[in-house]
Amino acid sequence: MTLLAVSDLTKRYRRGGKTIAAVDGVSFAIESGETLALAGPSGSGKSTIARLVLRLVEPDAGTVQFDGDDFLALKGAALRARRARLQMVFQDPLAAFNPRATVARVLDDPLRIHAIASGAERPASIAALLERVGLTADLAPRAIHEISGGQRQRVAIARAIATNPSLIVLDEAVSALDVSVRGQILELLLDLQARERIAYLFISHDLGVVRAIAHRVVLLDAGRIAESGDARAVIDAPQSAIGKALVAAAPRLNSTRP
Amino acid sequence: MSPLRRFLRRPEAAAGAIILGVLFAMALFASLLFPGDPQAIAGPALLPPFQDWSLPLGTDRLGRDVLAELFHGARTSLAVGLGAAAAALFIGAVVGTLAGFAGDLVDEVLMRITDAFQTVPSFLLALAFVSVVGPSLGVVVAAIALGAWTGPARVARAEVLSIRERDYVAGARVIGMHPLAIAFREVLPNALPPVLALSSVIVAAAILTEAALSFLGLGDPNRVTWGGMIAEGRTVLRTAPFLSIIPGIALVLTVLGIYLAGEGVVETTAVRRSLS
Ligand SMILES: Nc1ncnc2c1ncn2[C@@H]1O[C@H](COP(=O)(O)OP(=O)(O)OP(=O)(O)O)[C@@H](O)[C@H]1O
Ligand SMILES: [Mg+2]
Repeated sequence: MTLLAVSDLTKRYRRGGKTIAAVDGVSFAIESGETLALAGPSGSGKSTIARLVLRLVEPDAGTVQFDGDDFLALKGAALRARRARLQMVFQDPLAAFNPRATVARVLDDPLRIHAIASGAERPASIAALLERVGLTADLAPRAIHEISGGQRQRVAIARAIATNPSLIVLDEAVSALDVSVRGQILELLLDLQARERIAYLFISHDLGVVRAIAHRVVLLDAGRIAESGDARAVIDAPQSAIGKALVAAAPRLNSTRP
Repeated sequence: MSPLRRFLRRPEAAAGAIILGVLFAMALFASLLFPGDPQAIAGPALLPPFQDWSLPLGTDRLGRDVLAELFHGARTSLAVGLGAAAAALFIGAVVGTLAGFAGDLVDEVLMRITDAFQTVPSFLLALAFVSVVGPSLGVVVAAIALGAWTGPARVARAEVLSIRERDYVAGARVIGMHPLAIAFREVLPNALPPVLALSSVIVAAAILTEAALSFLGLGDPNRVTWGGMIAEGRTVLRTAPFLSIIPGIALVLTVLGIYLAGEGVVETTAVRRSLS
């Protein structure tokens, strides 16, 4: 079943009198339980697409269908309620949390806002969430800046799955992590997907990671789709110029290839 | 080193802290050391200071104890200074947060209102407000706050404008948090430090404004105020200048103490931030 269908999405920004199209007529779809990767050079519009899909910025043109509804038509309380189904994990887990927050508060917010657990049940729900992402419940009272980067990204994933979403957007979610931690987080993501059929819109400039985790890939260049298809097929034999350039510039690719 | 010790190692900060400590002690112990009405007659009129040790600072035109008046006046000055600053910081933080976070029309309207308040000299604003509503402690506090919230509002808005682009604000939207909850729970607390850094200047200015209002006879008539004492003393300035000079010195020292202590706090926290 098609979970997310984006068509002709366009976003322009004005910069110094000139208008640039950060995203220019982009269309793609994601099935439930599938991982679609967005890859492309810096400035190609990956993060802008993520923000458009999440309604953090509004597009200039195009449509976004989510769960069969016109996602762009939702407003106010209806939009906030629907956000439970569509979550995000950011690149820098330190910047993604209020600097004053504790682990418990970060996980308490979605449970409270979407009435997933009553006040009395929430400590237990928070403990269960921490366990689902491979952490222990004793982390709950810690301040967010007191835990390691890997733990923090696990907390970010726990927050994203707290509302049982059907799609999670991950914008460079593993790029800031050490290689060993990165592998563990990718494994956690694959594990969650296998158990709960969550779809991922996985943004990365690392084609090695994309090849390892994504079913399909969309290669972007200057806001437009250059090439798309099965992740392995595209990365092993890119057709577009930008695809070839990206593969050539990915030294890790050969070592991660099985 | 603890922040308190680092703060007290600065001589000017320590001096400010001592002055403030004395001021708070005066306000706190005023009714303990000088029970009863400080405006009651305590001895012969116009007794000079250091003559009679039961009335160390002498008496005024009506024979009231100057030292008792000074202690009770400290209470008024502190109450008005802290009250007006708290109100101004609260209003400013809320207005600035709403303007910066909502943007567009809300921002435009709130900032034009802020401009309007800022163009009227704050003393005239306070003067007009007290003249119309009538002098009492609460009205004086409100009148001073009315002219003092625009600075905090601007600082809060500027801070909020930068914070609202941070990822954690986007994250709060993604989990479906209500915009008002985002503004006041996620953004405002993180925008507060530079706003609070204004508090010493605002407290000092509020104390001066209160003194000026009282000097003009627009202070709370049921309370002793330093401004009122200065005005009282003015009528006998030639024969008994100490009646104006003593509360004047108290006022200057207070403002200086608040300023020095405030600077000390700002500097110590700035050092701590640059160290971390
Ligand atoms: N708020 C904005 N205002 C103006 N221009 C913007 C804004 N956001 C993005 N852009 C521009 O849009 C283009 C696409 O940016 P985007 O952040 O989507 O790229 P990206 O593919 O995520 O890059 P990176 O890999 O570096 O994260 C860039 O040219 C960027 O400068
Ligand atoms: Mg990006």
